[in-house]
Amino acid sequence: MNLLHIIKEGIQDTCYIWKSELNLIFKDSGVMIFFFLVPFAYPVLYGLIYNNEVVREAQLVVVDHCDTQSSREFIRRINGTPDVDVVYYANNMDEAKDKLDRKEAYGILEIPSNFSSDIHTGKRTTVSLYSDMSCLLYYKNYLIAATEASFDFGKEMVQSLHPSTTREEGKIAVNPIPYESVAMFNPANGFGSFILPAILILVIQQTLILGICMLGGTAREKNRFHTLVPISKHYHGTLRIVLGKSLAYIILYILTCCWVLIIVPALFDLPQHVDIGTLGLFVLPYLFACIFFSITLSGFVISREAPMLLFVFTSVILLFISGVSWPMHSINGFWRILAYAFPSTAGVQGFVAINSMGATLNEVAFEYHVLWIQTGVYFITACLVYRYQIIRSRKLLLKGSELMKQK
Amino acid sequence: MQQSSKNRIWNIAKREMRQLSARPIYLFSMVFAPLFSALFFITLMDEGLPTELPIAVVDLDNSSTSRGLIRQLDAFGQTAVTLRTASFEEARKEMQSGSIYGIYRIPKDFATLAAQGKQPKLSFYTNNASLIAGSLLFRDMKTISVLAGGSVGLQVGLAKGQTESQIMGQLQPISIDTVTLGNPWLNYSVYLNNIIIPGILQLMIFLVTVFSIGNEIKLGTSRDWLQQSGNSLLKALLGKLLPHTVIFTTVGLSITYILYGVSSFPLQSGWLPMVAAMVLLVLAAQAMGVFMIGVLPTLRLGLSFASLFGMVAFSITGFTFPVKAMYPPLQALSELFPLRHYFLIYVDQALNGRALYYTWTEYVILASFMLLPLFVGRNLKRALLYFNYIP
Repeated sequence: MNLLHIIKEGIQDTCYIWKSELNLIFKDSGVMIFFFLVPFAYPVLYGLIYNNEVVREAQLVVVDHCDTQSSREFIRRINGTPDVDVVYYANNMDEAKDKLDRKEAYGILEIPSNFSSDIHTGKRTTVSLYSDMSCLLYYKNYLIAATEASFDFGKEMVQSLHPSTTREEGKIAVNPIPYESVAMFNPANGFGSFILPAILILVIQQTLILGICMLGGTAREKNRFHTLVPISKHYHGTLRIVLGKSLAYIILYILTCCWVLIIVPALFDLPQHVDIGTLGLFVLPYLFACIFFSITLSGFVISREAPMLLFVFTSVILLFISGVSWPMHSINGFWRILAYAFPSTAGVQGFVAINSMGATLNEVAFEYHVLWIQTGVYFITACLVYRYQIIRSRKLLLKGSELMKQK
Repeated sequence: MQQSSKNRIWNIAKREMRQLSARPIYLFSMVFAPLFSALFFITLMDEGLPTELPIAVVDLDNSSTSRGLIRQLDAFGQTAVTLRTASFEEARKEMQSGSIYGIYRIPKDFATLAAQGKQPKLSFYTNNASLIAGSLLFRDMKTISVLAGGSVGLQVGLAKGQTESQIMGQLQPISIDTVTLGNPWLNYSVYLNNIIIPGILQLMIFLVTVFSIGNEIKLGTSRDWLQQSGNSLLKALLGKLLPHTVIFTTVGLSITYILYGVSSFPLQSGWLPMVAAMVLLVLAAQAMGVFMIGVLPTLRLGLSFASLFGMVAFSITGFTFPVKAMYPPLQALSELFPLRHYFLIYVDQALNGRALYYTWTEYVILASFMLLPLFVGRNLKRALLYFNYIP
């Protein structure tokens, strides 16, 4: 046999395996759920959950011990912000706390009795803000609204106290060094804009793992010797199997990626500063790494439904370890190493940079390299898994035929 | 011979214990997965808040005043100045590559202009694609800007012969004293782990319950199982799920102990209300699992349902993004998640130490999840008797 013949046979077998893998996928409704239904429906569901992005009109109870024109004006200013809604005026703190206990409000603003006199005599006055900590976003709303109102209102009061000074001078006395803050890459400070890109990338990896492992588990249950490879003359070479199967997955997932990574973010108005070419170049090694990683894992799954028990819960862990909610900088030691064993970590970091921050491949060079290294490593492990399976099924076949002869 | 009910249930329980010990996947998903997750989340966030988050300073002034400002900023617990540069473009690139989370910009001739009362403007930029890092850095950089204004204002004021109290009354006429009830340190570990870890337990209970019942159908042993119970679905389920209840409750209470004992998270109410909540969460999740396989008595569909439901729970429970800010249909949907009611109990009891009067309805709702299997009893029994495994 010459080399040319081997190559020709190899390509033919690869194509055969590719075709039969696609067949297997489309005939298996369980796998179809993971490859199509989940990646198509799940991002939409999450998009709907977080679609309102920010909390508006967080309910606030006010205890106004001062009850003067200026305290009422201050409350009116707070109520006027979109973040907070004053729902009740309580006579004392006990009454206000009762409102919190009943979940009719999540925060209390207490204005001291000397509020008005302090302000009018140029003394600093202190208002107290109590916040229920069951949800951090409420706390943030109260704090922002109260800070803004106190700053603006306070400034006006000081200026009215010193009518003699020129307007310009008054401004300087109140605010000698102004400052501005810019929230980059997520100007609305939206919760969905922050968490969704990470979920989208994760959905791709997790559905590939679940689908490919389910295919593997099914093959194990069906094949004669409970190995991953069927007894067939086409399934003799490691490379052919791994390449043929990967080809089937990658073709399906190019479609999926278009939906998940381009259409869904546009659908829900997420920050999208994406350059399609950059994204494509970045997603390619991500898909390869995920596919080879999944094939490697499928070597350890022996039943069809087991992957769901093994891998679904890891999504929560992988989301946190990917460094989007808990900053990567604060993930150290063992967890950092574990994080970079999964394609999703570099995938999330890179995708957020490219999609939300408009980065180019230069800025995500580290993540890009990690993904190609993972592609290489997991390609080798995937081949090892199949090499072992081929040898094992051959041995079992031999043993089987010897047993037959002895009989 | 007529067996007593107790005997039958006990025999089925023994049969189930043999099945549980025969397959390592049960040990993995009932014990290892929830406890490993607890270990993971607790150690990941053991600082409570991320510390020393890297930022860049673009110092165009480069005077002793601006350097002093930078030193002060660096001294804050959450902030670490890792890059000093004169180029904003360079800082922005670093932000895109993820090595810094914020940029603090000091304008040219800052010190001179400030002394002349010409109001130079400080600017700071936070990377809000990373919400936690962004908001923590916002706090530190804002504080330092206010302080900078304060110290300049103080100097100018003192020069004019004003007293310090007069000056503070001018600079900040109204100050806000915030009291964060129950979690004064704004500890993220408290805020997230109290629900994430029980959430993983709930997910695993859904999956294991569906898996163990679905497997009876898959392996064709469901008739045998039902026969042992004398054809009573109730006894069959009780016997089969009893060992699960014991294991999951043990794991669940270990989680309660890890949260409030080992990590000393706020527990205003004392142990009993949270122990009761955990036991009810386990039972409610098991009942929900039976309901899932009853509605979709095919192993893979049942498991898909369980996965979807278990994962959505993390979002729809409302501990990160409040339920009240979601669409009304989603608000209604959230009621169907045991974890949602566990969360409401936790907020009232452990976090705020409220009277039981405000919370007892949540306990009742959680307990009433146990009625769910009644709705699918007939469907499930038919499946156990007549269904063939469809892969």
